[in-house]
Amino acid sequence: MIIERISLALGPIVIALVLAGIILIVAGVNPVSYYAYVLQRGLFSWIGLQQTLTRMAPLLFIAASLIVAFRAGIWNLGTDGQFLLGAVTAAAAAPLLVTVIPVWLAVLLSMALATGVAMLWSLVPALLRAYQGVNEIITTLMMTFLGASFANVLVKLVFLDPATTVPQTRTLAVEDRLPRLFDTTVTSGLLLGLVAVIAVHLMMTRTALGLKLRVVGANPRAALHAGLDVPGLTILVFALSAGLAGLAGAVDILGVYGNVRADWNPAYGMAVIPVVFLARMNGFAAIAFVFLFSVLSIGGESAARRLGVPQDFTLVFVAITLIVLALAEYIAQHRAAAREVRTT
Amino acid sequence: MAETIVLEGVTKRFPGVVANDHVDLTIRSGEVHVLLGENGAGKSTLIDMLSGVQQPDGGRILIDGKEATISSPKLALALGIGTVFQHTMLVPTLTAGENLLLGAPWWQMPQKSELKARVAEISKNLGLAIDLNALAADLSLGEQQQVEILRALLRQSRVLILDESTSMLTPKGIEDLGALMRKLAKQGLAIVFITHKLKEAVAFGDRISVLKLGRKVGEITAEELKSRDEPTIIAEIVEMMFGRRSGDPEAGRREPRIQPAADPLLEVRGLSLPAASGHHGLKSISFDVRPGEILGLAGIDGNGQKQLAETLAGQRRAVAGSIRLNGAELISKNQAERRAMGLRYLTDDRLGEGTVGTLAVATNFFLKEIGREPLWLRGIEQRRAIASRAGALVKEYDVRTPSVHTPVGRLSGGNIQKLIIARELVDGARAIIFNKPTHGLDLSNTLATRERIREIAAAGLGVVLISTDLEELLALADRIAVMSGGAISGFVDNGEAAHSAIGRLMIGLAA
Repeated sequence: MIIERISLALGPIVIALVLAGIILIVAGVNPVSYYAYVLQRGLFSWIGLQQTLTRMAPLLFIAASLIVAFRAGIWNLGTDGQFLLGAVTAAAAAPLLVTVIPVWLAVLLSMALATGVAMLWSLVPALLRAYQGVNEIITTLMMTFLGASFANVLVKLVFLDPATTVPQTRTLAVEDRLPRLFDTTVTSGLLLGLVAVIAVHLMMTRTALGLKLRVVGANPRAALHAGLDVPGLTILVFALSAGLAGLAGAVDILGVYGNVRADWNPAYGMAVIPVVFLARMNGFAAIAFVFLFSVLSIGGESAARRLGVPQDFTLVFVAITLIVLALAEYIAQHRAAAREVRTT
Repeated sequence: MAETIVLEGVTKRFPGVVANDHVDLTIRSGEVHVLLGENGAGKSTLIDMLSGVQQPDGGRILIDGKEATISSPKLALALGIGTVFQHTMLVPTLTAGENLLLGAPWWQMPQKSELKARVAEISKNLGLAIDLNALAADLSLGEQQQVEILRALLRQSRVLILDESTSMLTPKGIEDLGALMRKLAKQGLAIVFITHKLKEAVAFGDRISVLKLGRKVGEITAEELKSRDEPTIIAEIVEMMFGRRSGDPEAGRREPRIQPAADPLLEVRGLSLPAASGHHGLKSISFDVRPGEILGLAGIDGNGQKQLAETLAGQRRAVAGSIRLNGAELISKNQAERRAMGLRYLTDDRLGEGTVGTLAVATNFFLKEIGREPLWLRGIEQRRAIASRAGALVKEYDVRTPSVHTPVGRLSGGNIQKLIIARELVDGARAIIFNKPTHGLDLSNTLATRERIREIAAAGLGVVLISTDLEELLALADRIAVMSGGAISGFVDNGEAAHSAIGRLMIGLAA
């Protein structure tokens, strides 16, 4: 049973490697050397591995954000907007706060502010969904366009650092950022991200609140029948999900970048959606897949410079994996159905 | 007359429900065969199987004497079975003519002039007048149906199925449709006409089959229809739809017991709910239920029964009225508080809202208790306590499940019903509202559920039993209230005279 589930998760990845390899051959790149280079840069070199682990920090927070939402049946596709607004809030607040209060408090307060701003940003789709039943897929997607532009406006007009010629916010000094782990360059945001994903996983599977959210997600009519406050829980899901996305932005800024440049949008949210689906919204599986995705994207970025394969190829690979996975699931279900027919 | 289609022992099961249970049916050319039955009697499922939308789980379908599998709507059309569904399937932004041309292979040019000639020929014979250039959206519902019938005729259908076609028509439209059906039958078509209105059935049909809870409970042949007058036939059908069948093990009628002059357990006064899209609302509903009493709530489906149940349970907010349980006012209390005080509601939609199919049996037992001690401590799930409590309930209520961790959606309807009954009975139930508790269950589970309801009342609890099955009400209830249009139109004490009086009230005839 467990072997079957693991093969159902890893089998499609192997098939996707082959299919992506064919695309690489068509593009005139040797797939074996491409994959070897990606693994070398993303996993097997010390510098690359540290970069991979550092990249995991915001991705884990986004994964936590998506797991809360998706398990509760809310398709929050607006994590990129929420992420950027959280990032800009943290980037604006932290350099100012460190001048007046202790660093640890400034960092914590910046994170809280980023979370709060992202939560507020989700209020529009949340209220529309909770009280008018407006489809959140559309509203969160629209709000992400607005959020990205708004974040840009804030960087260029409000929080612009007058000391530089590049349009960007004030930079948080390296010594004031989230501490690095031991003697490495890996940010301690990684630990926070791991805690976030595991906490979310336990909340959804072990607590009354998580069960209520799952009931709302799986069958809203049953939730009403059971006397649950469906609109209230819906708003709460949006707040939790957006808050975690905002926190992802804060951690990326406070841990790695120190400032937000104009037009910066790593679009982690859209990239992590398929990763969370691959993990079937399971927190522990999500950690493994986020790691794999980080290896691929860090390695892919190096490979882009060296072999001329665009770094978006990582997304192509993830997309192929997801499609193969969906097909594998379809076939598995058909087989199960056929088995059931035979036994009855 | 030639037997065009013969159904033998056709059975169709859905998760939790037996929609058709060994139905035999013969459809003959030149005959209007009426399928009569209430909502949920299995008429639509039967039609879906004839038109290739669904596949039967058991039994066989013979077409012209040969066994056939109608695997798709396309094949049904090719076999000459045309269906006009309850809701019209025309594309509103296309003209009537364009709608008729749809469905041809994509490489063919639409043959407009040919269509015009053929429509003219068919229309002349039948006395129809359809403007092919009118937009479908601009046609009346009756005209839209005529277009759909035309479409079926253009495709050389030999069998025409009309599913609840009169439900949205004006009286004039119904009359026209009836006349059209008679003409088509005279031309040799086999017509299957589905309705739940008795008068139409008698007026238009050559043969009437009565369906009830997925089973065919009777057939009135052409000879019988011709030889008897309308009131006799209607009485006969009422007997079939609501009356007792011979050999029914459920024949024992509940003896109305003289109620002790106890104070009412549940007092409902002037309960009102504004009408909204899809329901009538509630119009000042008042009734009492005494301890140990079963109050039946009869009525054709959709006359406010579900809204009343949901308002009592707190799932809907009443605008006026009071609900008192043991003297305590509940109207301002929420669902959980009402439940805690002992007012329980057993929904009729056991899969749609009663349970969450993907969650475990154990979780579904406590769906209305999430977060309460002792199964949750400070919000943390106590898995062992939940599993052991669920295990005890599974035993006590005889829920057949592989394990308490099995997703509830895998259980049969009867077992899901046992689970929900257990959920509503545990920990201090005082008054229970049952909404169609045996709907869609097979016979043994139906009987088990009815026995359970009797036990509940015998234990001194108050029971409100909503059912569209008059036979069930007569077997269980002490008193029966008839609901119509969101109001209670009368109370009848159970007894010899109750049967026909309620039966006639339910179908809109004077008692």
